[in-house]
Amino acid sequence: MTDTPDTTAPVEDPAPIGPDASVAFSVEDERRKQHEIWVSGTEERMPFASATNEGAQELLPRDQDPALALQTGTAVEDDFISFVPAIDEERQIINMGPQHPSTHGVLRLQVELEGETVRRVKPIIGYLHTGMEKTAETLTYAQGSTNVTRMDYLSPFHNELAYSLTVEQLLGIDVPARADAIRILMTELNRVSSHLLSTATMGMDIGALSMMIYGWRERELCLDFFEKTTGLRMNHNYIRPGGVAAELPDGWEDDIVSIIEGVNAGVDEYEELLNENPIFLDRTIGVGVLTPEEVKQYGITGPVARASGIDWDLRKAMPYSGIEKYEFDVPTGLHGDVNDRYHLRIKEIRESLKIVHQVLESIPAGDYRNPDPKVTPPPRKRIDESMEALIHHFKLFTSGIEVPPGTAYQSVEGPRGEIGCYLVSKGGTKPWRMHWRAPSFAVVQSLPAMMSDSLIADLISALASTDPVLGDVDR
Amino acid sequence: MSIFIEAAIRAVFVFGFLLVTVILLVWVERKFVSDLQNRVGPDRAGPWGILQTLADGMKSFFKESIRPTNVEVALFVAAPIIALMTALLIFMVVPIGAPVEINGTEYALVGADLNVGLLYVLALSSMAVYAIVFAGWASGSKYPLLGSVRASAQMISYEAAMGLSLVPVVLFAGSTSITTIVEQQQGTFLGVFPAWNIVLLPSFVIFLISGFAETNRAPFDLVEAEQEIVGGYHTEYSGFQFALFFLAEYIAVFNISALTAVLFLGGWSGPVFGPAWIAWVWPIGWFLLKTWAIVLFFVWVRASLPRMRYDHLMSFGWKKLIPVSLAWIILVAIAIGIRDFGLPWS
Repeated sequence: MTDTPDTTAPVEDPAPIGPDASVAFSVEDERRKQHEIWVSGTEERMPFASATNEGAQELLPRDQDPALALQTGTAVEDDFISFVPAIDEERQIINMGPQHPSTHGVLRLQVELEGETVRRVKPIIGYLHTGMEKTAETLTYAQGSTNVTRMDYLSPFHNELAYSLTVEQLLGIDVPARADAIRILMTELNRVSSHLLSTATMGMDIGALSMMIYGWRERELCLDFFEKTTGLRMNHNYIRPGGVAAELPDGWEDDIVSIIEGVNAGVDEYEELLNENPIFLDRTIGVGVLTPEEVKQYGITGPVARASGIDWDLRKAMPYSGIEKYEFDVPTGLHGDVNDRYHLRIKEIRESLKIVHQVLESIPAGDYRNPDPKVTPPPRKRIDESMEALIHHFKLFTSGIEVPPGTAYQSVEGPRGEIGCYLVSKGGTKPWRMHWRAPSFAVVQSLPAMMSDSLIADLISALASTDPVLGDVDR
Repeated sequence: MSIFIEAAIRAVFVFGFLLVTVILLVWVERKFVSDLQNRVGPDRAGPWGILQTLADGMKSFFKESIRPTNVEVALFVAAPIIALMTALLIFMVVPIGAPVEINGTEYALVGADLNVGLLYVLALSSMAVYAIVFAGWASGSKYPLLGSVRASAQMISYEAAMGLSLVPVVLFAGSTSITTIVEQQQGTFLGVFPAWNIVLLPSFVIFLISGFAETNRAPFDLVEAEQEIVGGYHTEYSGFQFALFFLAEYIAVFNISALTAVLFLGGWSGPVFGPAWIAWVWPIGWFLLKTWAIVLFFVWVRASLPRMRYDHLMSFGWKKLIPVSLAWIILVAIAIGIRDFGLPWS
C-alpha cells in the first residue's frame, strides 16, 4: 500500500521551454571557455553571440521581439521600427521565400504588410548553410581553394584569391609577376561577369524581362573565356596558393579583345534601354536608400557602400596582387538609392575592362607559379628524372603544403564588397580555423533599414540592387 | 427557328476562331519575344514549334487541379469560368469583315450586331474584374489576395479612362453599334488619307494604354507580378483551371487588339482587288492584319518596359489619363457642334 504514488501531490511545473537569451548565452560562454583559443585578443569577450542572435524565427509582437529590443539603443539608427501608429487588424505577415521568384536564392523575408506598404522586414538566413568554414578545417591548404570557390558562386576567382593570398601570407612566399597579372586579369573579368549578372537580374526583378537575357548574353563571353582557361564555367579552383593552376590558353589575347569590345557594346545597349526609361527611373530613384552612416554601421562594403558616397575600395586602399600598377577610377554615387547602384555597377564594369586592357598590354613573361618545391608540385617530366621531385610530389599530394603556425587575414575587393579570409594555423597541412568575411552577409542585415515603410515593389528592387548571394551569406 | 440556328452557328464560329487564334497568339508571342531576346523560343513541337501551345494545353488538361483546403469552393471554381466567359463574349460584337452576300441574303460577319455594342463591351470588361477578385479572395491565401486587391483598384480605375476615351468615338459616329462605327470610317479624308478614327489620336493612345491595364499586360501586369507577389490571383490555381485563366488573358489581349483595330484603325476598311468571288476576303485580311499588328505591339512593349509601381499606376490613371480624356471629350464635342451647327455667332 505504501508503494502507491501520492496522486494528490501537486505536479511540478516543467521547466519553461523556449528561448531564454540569458541562459543560452551563459551556457554558450562556458563551453567556449573550454577551448584553448577563442578569437585572438578577445579574452574579454565581445557580445558576439547576442549581436548576431536573431531571436525567435518569427515576427513576434512588437513588445516581445528580443531582436528588436537588442537593436534599440545600439548605434544603428533603427529603421526596423515604424513609428506610424498601426491598427493590427489591417496588418498581415507574409513570408517571402525561401522559395520566391526574386529572393536571389533561399533568402526568407518576413514582411509585415499594411495593404501594399511594407512596415517591417526581417531577413532570415541559413537555408544554404553547409558549414564550409568548418569543412575547411578538414581540407588541406591545396584543397581549400576548391572549398572557398563555392561560397560566393558568382565571384569564384575573388574567393580563391583571398584564400590563396592568406595562405601565401602564412607561408611567407611571393608569386611571380605573371601570376599576379593573371590573377588580376581573372578577378577583374569575374567582377565584370558578376556585375553583368547583377544588372540583368535587377532588370528582371523590376519587370524588364529582356534585360535579363541581354545581361546573360554578355556574361556568357566572360564565362566562355573562364571555361577555356580553367575548364569550368564556375567554381574554377584556378587561383591556388603559390600562383595559378595553368598558363592562359593560346590566343587568349584575341579572346580578351573580343570580350572588351562585346561587353562594352552590350553595356551601351543596357544604358540605352534603361537609363532614360521613365518607368525605370520611377522604380529606382529614391528607392532603398542607405545613408553613409548606416552603411558604416552595418559594415557594408563594395558597390552598395560606394553608391552611398563612401569612397572605399580595397584595390586603392589596400592593394593586392600588384593592382596598384594599373590605372582605374573608383566611381561613387551620391544618393545611395537603387538607381545609383545600377549606374555604379555599369561604371565599374567599364573600369574593370580598363584594367583588363592594361593587363593585356603589360603582362610580363615568366612563370605562372612560385617555383618553391614545398608549395608547387614539380613538372611531370621531373618526376621521372629526380628522386627529390618524386618525393616532393608524393608529399604534396598525400599530406599537403606545410604551413607554419600563425594567423593571417587578407581581403580583396570582390564584386559585392570586401571578401576576407582569416586563417589560424597551428602548423601542419590543414588550417586550424578559417573564418570568412562575407560581403553579402552585411548587406542582407541592412535590408530592414532599406525596406521598411516602402512598397512591395520597392522591396523587390531594393533587394535586387544589393545583389546578395546566399551561398556567401550562409556559407 | 432559323434565327436560333444562325445565332448558334455564329457563336460556334466565334468560339472556334478565338481558340485557334489564341493557340497561334501564344506561339507568336513566344517566338517574337525570343527574337527580341536573342533566344530560339519553342521549336520542338511541330514545324517551328507551332504546336507548342497545343501541347501545353493538353498537358495542363491532364494535370490534377489542386484545390487547397481553405478555399471558398464555389467562387474558386467559378472564377476561371467567369474569366473565360467574359473574354469570349466580348468578341461576339466585333465585326471581322464587310458584310457578305450569300444567295441574295446579306450576312454581317459579326457574332451579334448589337446597337449597344460599345456599352456591352465595357460592361463585360467590368465583369472580368470579378473573375480576378473572386479568384484572389476565394483562394484563402495571401499572395492571391494582394493580387486581387491590386486588380480591383487597377482595373476599375482604367475602366473609367477606357470608357471616357471611347466617348469621342461615339460622338463621331453617332452610334454605339460597332458595325456602324466601322462603316463610318470607310472612304478617305481629303482624298488621300483613310478616314479612320485615328485622327482622334488622344483617344487612341488612352484606349491603348487602358487596354494594357485592362488585360493586365506589361507594363501594367502588377496583378500577377511574378517577382513581387509570385503569381498574383492565380497563385493557387493549377492544371486546367489555370489554363482557363491563361486562355482568358490571351483572348483578352486579342479582344483589345481587335477593338483597337475596329474602333480606331477602320476595321475591315482597305483597298479591295480582284474579281467579286475573291473580293470578300480582302476586308477580313485587312482586319486581321491590323489586329495582329497591335498584338505584336503588345508583345513588343512587354519585352521592353519594366513594370510600373502600384502608386505610380494609380496616379497615372487618375491624374493624367482621366483629366486628359475629359478635356479631349469637351474639345471633340465643341468641334462636332461647330461642324454640325456652324459657329455660334454665324
